[in-house]
Amino acid sequence: MSDTTPHLTMQQSAPSATGLDSAKLGMWLFLATEVMLFSAMIAGFLDMRGRSPADAHHVLNIPVTAVNTFVLICSSLTVALSVAAIEQGDQKRLRNFLLLTLLFGGTFLSVQIYEYNVLIGSGELTPWNSLFGAGFFAVTGLHGFHVFIGLIWCVLTIIWTSQGKFSAQNFMRVEIFGLYWHFVDVVWIILFVLIYLV
Amino acid sequence: MTADTVVGTGLVRHGGRKFSDYLIFNTDHKVIGIQYLVLAFVFFLFGGALAGLIRAQLATPDAQLLTGSSYNVTLTLHGTVMIFLWIIPAFVGAANYVVPLMIGANDMAFPRLNAVSFWLLVPGGLLMLVSFAVGGAESGWTAYPPLSVTTPIGQTLWALALQFIGFSSIFGAINFLVTIFNLRAPGMGLTQMPLLAWAVAATSIIILLGTPVLSGALLMLILQRWLGAQFFTPAGGGNPLLWQNLFWFYSHPAVYIMILPGFGIISEVLPIFARKPIFGYKLIAFSSMAIAVFGFLVWAHHMFTSGMDPFLRVPFMVTSMIIAVPTGVKIFSWLATIWAGKLRFTTSMMFGLAFISMFVIGGLSGIFLASVPIDIHVQDTYFVVAHLHYVLFGGSVMSIFAGLYLWFPKITGRMLDERLGRLHFWLTFMGFNLTFFPQHLAGLQGMPRRVYTYPPELWALNLLSSIGAFLMAIAVLPFLYNALRSLVAGKVAGPNPWRAFGLEWTVSSPPPVHNFPTPPVVEGDPYGYGERPLPGTTGVAAPAPGMAGGE
Ligand SMILES: [Cu+2]
Repeated sequence: MSDTTPHLTMQQSAPSATGLDSAKLGMWLFLATEVMLFSAMIAGFLDMRGRSPADAHHVLNIPVTAVNTFVLICSSLTVALSVAAIEQGDQKRLRNFLLLTLLFGGTFLSVQIYEYNVLIGSGELTPWNSLFGAGFFAVTGLHGFHVFIGLIWCVLTIIWTSQGKFSAQNFMRVEIFGLYWHFVDVVWIILFVLIYLV
Repeated sequence: MTADTVVGTGLVRHGGRKFSDYLIFNTDHKVIGIQYLVLAFVFFLFGGALAGLIRAQLATPDAQLLTGSSYNVTLTLHGTVMIFLWIIPAFVGAANYVVPLMIGANDMAFPRLNAVSFWLLVPGGLLMLVSFAVGGAESGWTAYPPLSVTTPIGQTLWALALQFIGFSSIFGAINFLVTIFNLRAPGMGLTQMPLLAWAVAATSIIILLGTPVLSGALLMLILQRWLGAQFFTPAGGGNPLLWQNLFWFYSHPAVYIMILPGFGIISEVLPIFARKPIFGYKLIAFSSMAIAVFGFLVWAHHMFTSGMDPFLRVPFMVTSMIIAVPTGVKIFSWLATIWAGKLRFTTSMMFGLAFISMFVIGGLSGIFLASVPIDIHVQDTYFVVAHLHYVLFGGSVMSIFAGLYLWFPKITGRMLDERLGRLHFWLTFMGFNLTFFPQHLAGLQGMPRRVYTYPPELWALNLLSSIGAFLMAIAVLPFLYNALRSLVAGKVAGPNPWRAFGLEWTVSSPPPVHNFPTPPVVEGDPYGYGERPLPGTTGVAAPAPGMAGGE
């Protein structure tokens, strides 16, 4: 054990056989899994809503959530801008756009927690008092959990940025975080339409 | 740094040379492969002990060894452990060890994620054991509501355990797919890959798209049990068929997760010991992919009696029968592979041939069961139990042993004793058929599964089953003794004891920490027996003198 430089990741330097970056391919495969997970949850939600009174979703605060959806879309924009920034090697703009993403994402999650508080606090909608509530909290809760993971990931990416780990040649980790964040946003848009509007 | 150095100290290392290297967070795919295999085998023994309890209870019609409730827990844990903690991880372990070697890679694409996958299995397994200790997981491995939402706390632990195991599976699948697509040695196109790599790729696709659906269903089950959400209980307006649909959407494809790697292993074993090229390489490779796709279109054949729309029964019957076609294609390809070959009846080959014949029996009873009228007649009887054990034991477990006997010399550098191996094989094979063949008959006579007593008329068939189970338990002893003894005193194997093609046989046994000291060269198809010389030899790869004919 004389070797004191553990390079444990052992990423192979040889070019990949398909020409696709391994980390990126892995992330796309992970997102395929996530699509199936949310499909199962949405199927559960739709089944529960089909067994609930037609006006079950009237207790939801649609205007507030519409604004919140807009906030999340803004965060997708800032993530895209942060990737564009590091493509040009601008670490400072990268950091600023990531901070904005954190702000928008944090706002979204806070508003969701507030919404949960109001609904459960007033007893108007809970996971246990109606089937619509069961489906609603399961699927939006799972999404909120994904936003929470995304926020932690965003903080890590900001730390890596301030450690100078990214450059115009090396920003795969930012791109992969961006892929995840865009995915979480797209899922929310689908959920917003399905749950609040339809 | 030489190719044979273990990197890192403390709890995070890469490479296995000392015993302690196997007990920590190790990122070497070969160490992880062994970790999986050993852990899975421990659970095989545990699941086998549970099966022993079941057969002891059923040896007489009215035994009082177990109560109805503890019998339920025993059968639930037996099924769950054998599927999720033995068959699936044993295949993952074998594939982890050999697939990177086979495709000429120095490791998996994401070595740390690989270690994470393994270490997720540990809390999963522990939770499963705790759930057994506290009791309550009584609803079978299928966990149908409403029973699965009214049982005590053990059922929640059971569901949490499956979540851990599911994450482990998913991360493993991503790793395998990226490894197989991206890390192939130069010159190895997709159709020069060994068929095990194809099988593992197809399995990984199923895991990737199926397992998250089970995760979702389990999440709803946990929410129902913790928060009182009424997803699955009719009393609260919920829908028990929602669980069944989601569960089987995963769990039918999961039977292919449990058999496709076995198909891959058999496709390696047969050419090596028949000394002939594999027949129908592309057919075998593409039929794996066809199974991965069609596997998602048949799930409701488990629900013919559940109150689903009867109109949907016929389409699901048709798709279930169609999926037998790609499987049949493989069977005929294997038969053509051994046809007129110079067979060497090693233990590995015996398990391989047993796999084909036993799996065909399980496959045929599966076609019976896909037919709606027969299914309605024998639903939830021992006919189904017999069918699934012919597939999962006669198929999957036989192929795991075929692979273990094939690769043990590569993994340990030592040969297993063939005479003990043959004893292990014959005890297993006879015990297996004695246990499960009579269950077809008991089922046709109306014996329901998952009950702990039965009418005295069924005693003879059940006693035969129990004697067979006892034989199968005995069969493990020569294997364990053989493995432990060969580990220290077995004949030294050398790099290529079977005189096989394939990159894994070009490196030392066990391989160096970073696999290939010099980048491997890929030449021609991986099954060129009798067509081109073995690497490092002159002349065509005919059977070696003294090895021909098996004895
Ligand atoms: Cu099935």
